[in-house]
Amino acid sequence: MSSMDVSNLTKETLRKMFSEGKRFDGRGLIDFRDISVEYGVSNKAEGSARVRIGKTEVVVGVKLQTGAPYPDSQDKGNLMVSGDLLPLASPRYESGPPGFNAVELPRLVDRAIRGSDMIELKKLCIKEGELVWTVIIDVYPINDDGNMIDASSIGAIAALHNTLMPEIDEKGKIDYEKKTKNKLPLSKETLPLSFSFFKLGDSLILDPTREEEEACDTRITFGISQWNGQIMLNSCQKKGELPLTQAEVEKIMEILPEKFGEISKKLKNFL
Amino acid sequence: MAIMTSKKSDFKRPDGRRVDELRKIVAKVGVIPNADGSAMFSFGDTVAIAAVYGPRQLHPQHMQDPSTGILRCNYDLLSFSVYDRKKPGPSRRSQEISKVTEWALLPAIDLSAFPNTVVDVQIYILQADAGTRTAGINAASMALAHAGIPMKDLICSVALGKTDQTLIVDLTKEEEDYHEGEGATDFAIAKLANHDEFTLMQMDGKIQPEKVKELLEMANKACSEICEIQTKALKAVVENSSGSLEENQNE
Repeated sequence: MSSMDVSNLTKETLRKMFSEGKRFDGRGLIDFRDISVEYGVSNKAEGSARVRIGKTEVVVGVKLQTGAPYPDSQDKGNLMVSGDLLPLASPRYESGPPGFNAVELPRLVDRAIRGSDMIELKKLCIKEGELVWTVIIDVYPINDDGNMIDASSIGAIAALHNTLMPEIDEKGKIDYEKKTKNKLPLSKETLPLSFSFFKLGDSLILDPTREEEEACDTRITFGISQWNGQIMLNSCQKKGELPLTQAEVEKIMEILPEKFGEISKKLKNFL
Repeated sequence: MAIMTSKKSDFKRPDGRRVDELRKIVAKVGVIPNADGSAMFSFGDTVAIAAVYGPRQLHPQHMQDPSTGILRCNYDLLSFSVYDRKKPGPSRRSQEISKVTEWALLPAIDLSAFPNTVVDVQIYILQADAGTRTAGINAASMALAHAGIPMKDLICSVALGKTDQTLIVDLTKEEEDYHEGEGATDFAIAKLANHDEFTLMQMDGKIQPEKVKELLEMANKACSEICEIQTKALKAVVENSSGSLEENQNE
């Protein structure tokens, strides 16, 4: 799944260990590393956050702009997620035009947030058909030690919760130096998270290190949230050449709600 | 197998289909004479064509793999296949779909007999009414078989979904845009026709995890219907050595 390979020996060792439920760092197969969230990466951003999962670190910023609405959503604000895999963050990242991973990461973050209706986009309409807010989320890995997608999703929701609206005048011009006390219109209940399951042999693991991630053959990522009191899947994408069986998908469906509960609870301390 | 929706809701399909009923399928093999293999596949108003070229010499040379041939897929919409003209050229969306299509097809084929080569699969959508990637994968699977690429099975693909609380198969654009209640969920799946191997899973929307099992059962049923039509179209082109394009429909 990566162009740079882990050695066959490492891969074989990991496969064996996973089948016995063990990992190099002593975690269980679906245990996460320690998660921490900090705010205030940039005071020029409307909101920002830094997330660490083990040695993986990602910074996420939110910028707000005003502009015309899209033709098919005249009464709604816009959401845009972009990002870049900076060569700073990993020997695996290269400069030049974005590769598949660089295109996929912001798209997955976008889909998990959009599908959950966490942001009430209708409340970001300033004047119907003319002027709306655009929320731009930018994701930059600082150190990639695996599980970048799940980390980026956490970073995005943290940065959104951290965001304060800037002042605008009657013409819709923004004064970025004057922040109001108004937060973004976010659903209180909804906390969209991503969970990426990685498969090696017959084992499924969560939150891989970079080494584990590169040894695995297949990944499937789910965006999940709570909506009107129910747990909902909001997005899904399988990556990699090897298939999943029906039983594996059903097993993931059993793990997901439980894991969602556990990580949401942890994150509520930070939000 | 009887399909039961877990909870009845008021949703009626705009075109009057049953929840587990596919749109009219048309499948043709051999639609592009220049290609080594080609096919057209349509779900209702969604029309996809696919051409396979290869195995052939791979350029650039540094991408060659001396242990096997490689598969390279390209998916895109024609600019006039949608109401708002699509700017020609690859987009982020089409790049992503090209890649997941490659992964969806790979488990079925074996290119180890063709080292250093590439098999190029070109998929274009002529007319779009939702389910374009699944129609494209179905067309590509037939085109690969038509080109004589070693395959252990056909790949079948279909979009499942949910409108409010009703699980449905093969959504139209109108159904994808459903906003009432729990809204619309779109769950694209591909699998090997006769194996328990899911090779594409992509989803957007809102769906309870416990409903996924039922959805997969619906996928199994829909895929066996699709496989039958694909097989019939492939047989037709073999039996008809003149290569005339016989239509195969599910109704």
